[in-house]
Amino acid sequence: MKYIPTIGIECHVQLSTKTKLFSEVDNDARGKGPNSCVSPICYALPGMLPRLNGEAIKFAIRAGRAMNCEINASSRFDRKHYFYPDSPKGYQITQFYHPIIGAGYVELPSGTRVNIEHAHLEGDAGKLTHFDSYSLVDLNRVDTPLIEIVSMPDIHSAKDAHDYCKELWRLMRYAKVTYGDLYNGNMRFDVNISLAPEGSDKLGTRAEVKNLNSFRSVERAVEYEISRQTKILEAGEKVMQETRGWSDATGKTTGQRSKEEAKDYRYMPEPDIPPINLSKEFIEEESKKLPLMPADYRKKFNGKLSTDILEVLLDYPELMEKLNEVDDKYVIMIANLFTSVLLAEEKSAEYLNDLPDTQKLSDLAEMNDKKELSSTATKEVFLRLFDPQMKSRDTKTIAKELGLIQENDLGALEAIVDIVLAKPETKKAQDDFRNGEEKVIGFLVGQVMKESKGKANPSAVQQILRDKLK
Amino acid sequence: MKTADKKTTATMLVKEALEKAKKFEDYNIFTFVNEEGALKKAAEIDAKIARGEKVGKLAGVPYALKDNYLSPEGETTASAHILQGFTSPITATSVEKLEKEGAIMIGRTNLDAFAHGSSTENSYFGPTLNAYDKERVAGGSSGGSAVAVALDIVQFATGSDTGGSIRQPASFNGVYGLKPTYGAVSRYGVVAMASSTDCMGFFTKTPEDMDLLMSIASGRDEKDMTTLPDFYDKSEIKKVRKIGVVKDFDNDSVNTEIRNALKEKVEDLKKKGIEIVELDMPTLKYALAAYYIIVPAEVASNLSRYDGIRYGFRSENSKDLDSLYENTRSEGFMPENKRRIMIGNFVLSSGFYDAYFLKAAKARTLIVKEYEEAFKKCDFILTPVSPNYAFKLGEKVNDPIAMYLEDLMSVSLNLAGVPGLAVPVGKTKTGLPLGLQLVGPRRSDKSLIEFSKELK
Repeated sequence: MKYIPTIGIECHVQLSTKTKLFSEVDNDARGKGPNSCVSPICYALPGMLPRLNGEAIKFAIRAGRAMNCEINASSRFDRKHYFYPDSPKGYQITQFYHPIIGAGYVELPSGTRVNIEHAHLEGDAGKLTHFDSYSLVDLNRVDTPLIEIVSMPDIHSAKDAHDYCKELWRLMRYAKVTYGDLYNGNMRFDVNISLAPEGSDKLGTRAEVKNLNSFRSVERAVEYEISRQTKILEAGEKVMQETRGWSDATGKTTGQRSKEEAKDYRYMPEPDIPPINLSKEFIEEESKKLPLMPADYRKKFNGKLSTDILEVLLDYPELMEKLNEVDDKYVIMIANLFTSVLLAEEKSAEYLNDLPDTQKLSDLAEMNDKKELSSTATKEVFLRLFDPQMKSRDTKTIAKELGLIQENDLGALEAIVDIVLAKPETKKAQDDFRNGEEKVIGFLVGQVMKESKGKANPSAVQQILRDKLK
Repeated sequence: MKTADKKTTATMLVKEALEKAKKFEDYNIFTFVNEEGALKKAAEIDAKIARGEKVGKLAGVPYALKDNYLSPEGETTASAHILQGFTSPITATSVEKLEKEGAIMIGRTNLDAFAHGSSTENSYFGPTLNAYDKERVAGGSSGGSAVAVALDIVQFATGSDTGGSIRQPASFNGVYGLKPTYGAVSRYGVVAMASSTDCMGFFTKTPEDMDLLMSIASGRDEKDMTTLPDFYDKSEIKKVRKIGVVKDFDNDSVNTEIRNALKEKVEDLKKKGIEIVELDMPTLKYALAAYYIIVPAEVASNLSRYDGIRYGFRSENSKDLDSLYENTRSEGFMPENKRRIMIGNFVLSSGFYDAYFLKAAKARTLIVKEYEEAFKKCDFILTPVSPNYAFKLGEKVNDPIAMYLEDLMSVSLNLAGVPGLAVPVGKTKTGLPLGLQLVGPRRSDKSLIEFSKELK
């Protein structure tokens, strides 16, 4: 029997707000010591009250609009109770009953639509590190704002699961709501997978694989689950509803706890935070701040850039923004420089933070277009645009200083060609060419290039040579 | 309010208060006496006065702080074992405001642990005794504060009122006790009992002092999102023409002497030309039931943070995380705390939420509306504070329901968020204080205090 997988994904996105969701303490713990970004509110001293961060509301609006979601004019917070040392308050402040972000959808590169059920704001928990006889608690992450995005069970393959997660990652970065650093857990995915016989209108029992932090592990975990559950079903057994953990090392999921013993979170409206009421104007104003999104770029560059190149570049909102600014006729040229030169560089991450002015890039493309720069020289000058010491200079000055400008003046080129042809060591090649040995033209062009110290435009040289050796 | 000046120095005021605190030690009023800190502050204020510098509106006034207010002076324990050893790095907003005006905290007062109770008998430190009869309860939960003012140890004390915890002990000890409009005074830095009903207020000997304290302590606080925009000093004094009395509260379950005191005051007011309106408020009979669902739910939630991990008491000899939680909370909480945690967790658990919590929330909405309707018919309402005057120590300890019934007339105000002022109106035949409660619409606190002068 053939089984159809049905997959729904919950994604937690850490927001890159300046301060935490419920207190005015640094939200950026990168490179800082444990428990150094903690307020008495995160620490849950007695009598402390949450203070809602308005910036997080704005981030939520942008994130929601990036997924084509309704923004709810009225939303509120709830308490989700559980005891664990990563939760100093004994509850997480989340939005269980009235989330800020309503229904919407995400379109995958393949054109498949995944509907969003809702997304809500909540505070993150702290982090525990376990040792043999003790555990250490780091509360830096407590109350970092999170958006939890809940998809509808619209995904039916490991590939689409991968693409959906990746597209979410792109959308959140385009909306500028997260650093998007997957390695450091800025986005985490919980994947629900069930299998049902083809043609069945009932869904199978699902397993939830929790805490995946890369697209690749989402894809692999789904593949593994599909094969695991298929084997169970084919053996006539039942899939257990449970939470499973994924190991990148073993490439397997393993059972953690079954839903029967699932906790009762005793949700309750958060009495310390009044409901959030947003005016249409406020939502509109914040929505307007969204830049062009991947879908917009796909429309814009469709037919112009190959899908492969475009999908690579879409991972880098900074590059797409640049590409959007350069003149249409140079888009392909610049896109190629981005993919084949910039992204191949070791320091590319650094370079991405400090891209050259659009004008400089346009100048570079223009010089290449006019054949003032060979393709090799273009690449070289392009890299120099990132050189801090070259920063203040324009493209032309840099090219000149490097002596890379090609000689296109036909008169001057002819003179150089003449010098070369006059040299005795080229006599044999000239004769051979005249006798129909086509390939020696390369040798002659090379000699001219050498004479010009590499500045001659090789195709122009070849043309002159051909004329002269007729 | 008697403030310090060149003749009566802050040091003299503080010393006198400390001496009285010592003299009345057997009443078990204080969980901490701030001798050193208070004298140091008094000296600072005296130096300022001597230099002719400007001092605050409460310069050198000794006061007592209910032990659920956070400040770095002394341990903040909320009279709970589980908070023992906790010295706060934080100062509550209202404490900050009072001290900015020169008030000097001479001690922290006893309460029912985490303010769960109506007699101060649930304190880890034992009960506080009634100012008029040592065999009777001080009321609660702010029993220590009420008695400290009643015995003239201090001119005022802070309290917190979640369901009557200021008004009832005020009436048991013959002092004024105000539960302000919800959100009038910041809750920041006060150990939370039930967030949606907790109100911070005061005990005083006069309405004038109450007015002064409210003008200092009330106001919007960025640290408490539920505080209202400043209104107290801007509110106009209302000319009171009609007073409402609740028909249902005049029945045999209310002590005769209290009913008579109410009738007497009503006659006085009539003579002063005030119209008396009989109010039918049938929804109020659901207030106690709704209260004992909503409040325990919030209590259970707010007490989740006491786990022995970060501060306060931690049980020894726990072998793993679960036993650490279990032992710390079992040993650290009082029986009444546990009772409320269990009720709260029960009404919030899945499958029961709709039947209990949600229903109680709906009843609460009806109670809010009923008060709104009532205040269309009258300016203020006059009721008993509680069905009984101060009862004997131990009388109700083993009967939680009887203890809860003490809150019958006080809790509906907390559910509705309206202000209530306990006003001393006389004594029983045996010399125990009797108090009545003035209830006003939201934001009428100032008028309420002003009008209480008519009940003298």
